[in-house]
Amino acid sequence: MSHLIPPAIAPFVVPVICGIVLVAVFPLLAGYIVLLERKLMADMQARLGPMRVGPHGLLQPIADAFKLLIKEDIIPQGADKFMFYVAPLISVTMALVAFSAMPFGPVFQIADLNVGLLFIVAVGSLGIYGIVLGGWSSNSHYSLIGALRSAAQLVSYETAAGLALVSALLLAGSLSMKDIVQAQADQGVWFIFVVPIGFFIYFVSSIAETNRAPFDLPEAESELVAGYMTEYSGFRWALYFLAEYANMVIVAGIATTLFLGGWLRPFPGNHQHLIGTPFELLDALPSLLFLGVALYCLSLVPRQPVQVQKLFMAGVAGACVLLAAVMALTLFPPFDAAREGVHGAFWFMAKVGGYVYTFLWVRFTFPRYRFDQLMRLGWRFLIPLALVNVLVVSASIVVQQNWEWKHPVVSTVVTTAIMLAVAFWLAEEGAKPEPAPQPADGE
Amino acid sequence: MTDALTNGGSPIETTVLGADEIILNMGPQHPSTHGVLRVKLKLDGERVLSTECIIGYLHRGVEKIAEHRSYQQFAPYVDRMDYVAAVSNGLGYCETVEKLLGAEAPPRARVVRTILTELQRIASHLLWLGTHALDIGALTPVFYCFREREEILKIFEKYCGARLTTHAFRIGGLQYETYDEFETDVKRFCDDFSGKVDEYETLLTENRIWVGRTKGVGILSTADAIALGVTGPMLRASGLKWDLRKAQPYAAYDQYEFDIPTGKNGDTYDRYLVRMEEMRQSRRICLQAIENIPSGPIMAKVGKVLKPPPGEVYHSIEAPKGELGYYAVSDGTTQPYRVRVRPPSFINLQALDKMARGALVADLVAIIGTTDIVLGEVDR
Amino acid sequence: MANDPSEKIPPSTPPEGKAEGAPVSQKPAGEAAAAPPKPAVPAAAAPPKPAPPAKEAPPKPVPLDNELVQRFKARFGDAIREATLDRKQAIILVAAAQLREISRYSRDDEKFDMLVDLTAVDWPKREKRFDVILNLYSFPKNERLRLKAHAGENEPVPSVVEIWPAANWLERECYDMFGIVFEGHPDLKRILMPDEWEGHPLRKDYDILKQDTAWVRENLQIETGQ
Repeated sequence: MSHLIPPAIAPFVVPVICGIVLVAVFPLLAGYIVLLERKLMADMQARLGPMRVGPHGLLQPIADAFKLLIKEDIIPQGADKFMFYVAPLISVTMALVAFSAMPFGPVFQIADLNVGLLFIVAVGSLGIYGIVLGGWSSNSHYSLIGALRSAAQLVSYETAAGLALVSALLLAGSLSMKDIVQAQADQGVWFIFVVPIGFFIYFVSSIAETNRAPFDLPEAESELVAGYMTEYSGFRWALYFLAEYANMVIVAGIATTLFLGGWLRPFPGNHQHLIGTPFELLDALPSLLFLGVALYCLSLVPRQPVQVQKLFMAGVAGACVLLAAVMALTLFPPFDAAREGVHGAFWFMAKVGGYVYTFLWVRFTFPRYRFDQLMRLGWRFLIPLALVNVLVVSASIVVQQNWEWKHPVVSTVVTTAIMLAVAFWLAEEGAKPEPAPQPADGE
Repeated sequence: MTDALTNGGSPIETTVLGADEIILNMGPQHPSTHGVLRVKLKLDGERVLSTECIIGYLHRGVEKIAEHRSYQQFAPYVDRMDYVAAVSNGLGYCETVEKLLGAEAPPRARVVRTILTELQRIASHLLWLGTHALDIGALTPVFYCFREREEILKIFEKYCGARLTTHAFRIGGLQYETYDEFETDVKRFCDDFSGKVDEYETLLTENRIWVGRTKGVGILSTADAIALGVTGPMLRASGLKWDLRKAQPYAAYDQYEFDIPTGKNGDTYDRYLVRMEEMRQSRRICLQAIENIPSGPIMAKVGKVLKPPPGEVYHSIEAPKGELGYYAVSDGTTQPYRVRVRPPSFINLQALDKMARGALVADLVAIIGTTDIVLGEVDR
Repeated sequence: MANDPSEKIPPSTPPEGKAEGAPVSQKPAGEAAAAPPKPAVPAAAAPPKPAPPAKEAPPKPVPLDNELVQRFKARFGDAIREATLDRKQAIILVAAAQLREISRYSRDDEKFDMLVDLTAVDWPKREKRFDVILNLYSFPKNERLRLKAHAGENEPVPSVVEIWPAANWLERECYDMFGIVFEGHPDLKRILMPDEWEGHPLRKDYDILKQDTAWVRENLQIETGQ
């Protein structure tokens, strides 16, 4: 087939197809992340969540998307029409463009840039324009305040996030996403175990980056209605939402690549084989996990009240068994060329999923930070901590290289201990009460 | 005098703007104003310079209606004022008219009234906690609180047929005898409840985000509270250990042992702690009361047609929101000449301006929440 | 304690049965109980019955002359018009013109530090139709007191906002509902009714079905709210 494609465009074919697939599939994926969030929220709040539209509410995102598409397009009076149209587009475009450098496994990547990480972070920051322009063009007090707050928050936490990423980059030695994962494979350890504080800083900053609770003041219903999104309805609002969930997946992808070993399975350096076979023991994990889920679903089948739901659960169990079979199949010779790709994609998705799950979990557990407390947390706790982190990690690397220190575990423990001490000291400083605001006297 | 205390948020301040000030209007439709309350804020960036509350959206002329109904006919109307804690309103009104008549409810009625009123206090505080937490951003406690409140409302429904606007009491005592499993239901609820309160405390009390949002916010000193007429948990959180149930006992409160929680700083966090502890103390009163409900009649002999002798009386109770008082004037006919309701939410809301000055807009939502207002009572 | 069925008020001369229930005119040597009630020993030897006996004397206002009232009288003389005890609650009728001074004295010297309620009652047949009522409470003494003042229709009443800031909204409500003007109030305007409403709803001559139809038509665009 390849002789049919002119050589000039041959290198672009696969990436373009991947890009089209991504743009087509991602909105659906974001919709299902929203459904997952609603179901999780319901579970933590002792209720059921969407149950009506489709079995267990699985068609809810489709119904929501359809509803949003047919909604009336309301533009506030006095709004800057061009900016009003363009602002959500900017947010979404930047979020989706950032996906182009994101590796979903050793094989699935649209563009393997040698400055992949920098590209993703930079493009993600451009999404802030979408927020600010949206808030400003809405011609409303609430929107403007929300947009400015949001922008200030994002900019502050970008700094902390970037510095946290630097500490992992020091260990990886390259900005290319593939190389970073490769470095983790070579060193045989996920970077989270080497710079856990860096991961923690990145985790907190990424929640603030994506405007999620407890840092979601700009979108908080009870405070400013919906901040910069107040005047957006229908599909324009859906675009902003899509951008937010895309950002969530992107920061999850970055965190996974840098700290959680990307597409590597747990203990990538352990090559223990099942006795007498060429299979590595840990490669059987995906199949076992899917089988476990299938068994769990089967055990729930008798408890379902309605026949349709019984069939549905059985169907889900069957799908899991199928996936387990696929995972196991790629271990065997005719198919093990695909092993790296398939297993890699599975582990990557699993880690991103876990990270996103934690985002959702945190949302329903904590109250919201007030804006000044949020800024204080970013500037006076996270940024100093991240700076010190970079210094300490660099010092540790220099020591290891120059004095040929052979005990990485000890150095990890020491650096983590130092960082914890600094963190506690900073927290103490921050906890000191501010001078109480003087009530303004009427004059 | 332009002291913030006496000015009370005069609009003279909100209409004269300085260079950097804006006026922001919150409500009357707003997810956090707990009803139809409109607050005009004068802001300097994020700081609140002054507030002006505009109320009256839910004014229904309850006091005027009272003059055109007989005493018994008016009793269901009082439930609609503080609709979150209807049983307390009924208790206050029935006891006021009983004082006007010179009658008194029999001991059994008094004890059952106490139990139902304390259950209602727990229900009211649960609703307050859920909505207050929701305003501050904690999305989960509201569902747990409503789950508990549901149990209490089921008890009310079994007792008098209604969950919200209960009209549970009659002038002179009770109309309905308690149903068979009343004591078991109340006991079961009380036994489950302390674990649940501990659950809410785990979610919120030590949570540093919660503490950061509520500590030091909306401080009201004891002197200010007394001067502004603030009563109830707000006054107790400001440090004054005073509760009408102990100072001037009514119903059967003098028979039971319970503590009065107080706070130290008069901020939102203290009010939260006071109300949490009040829920526990209410549970304690309920448990003591159901041990020993006296037997006997549930209704005093007041006759069908109530014609109190001419005169006037003021009687107040410790409602969940504060001191709920009724001032009734009788001219000797079957209809009251005047019924004035002293609404705790109305008077506590006056303190909003004092508490909100100098705070940030995000704090304002917390301060309105901590005042625990019900617009039905503010506006009547 | 508030509810004490065995308390018996010694029967003084029966009050004039005025339909409006105006307080009993002062009789000398009223032997009523002091403001904090104490159970009096019943004169009859009948054992107390469990239910309050229907034959107990119905509650009615009686004149009051205890130490509190005497202190007030010593300080203000004629401004203290009358003192009554009704349903065991002390009521002092004062001259409206002196209301501010009397309030200040009550708060500072008599320690009635909380203004519990400020309201009014309309007696249209009387020359001075409004009763302005101040319910006070003393935290240190755990005592209640009611101050009452008569005010005519267009007669301004001194405002007590500078003494008890709680009076701010309470006086606005009185103005809104009755039309009583409080002199010295920083911002006397309607609080519950719309600002442009005509009429004062709680007055007895304001029919319960009456509305400011002009306002309704203009602001709600309907003919009438009924």
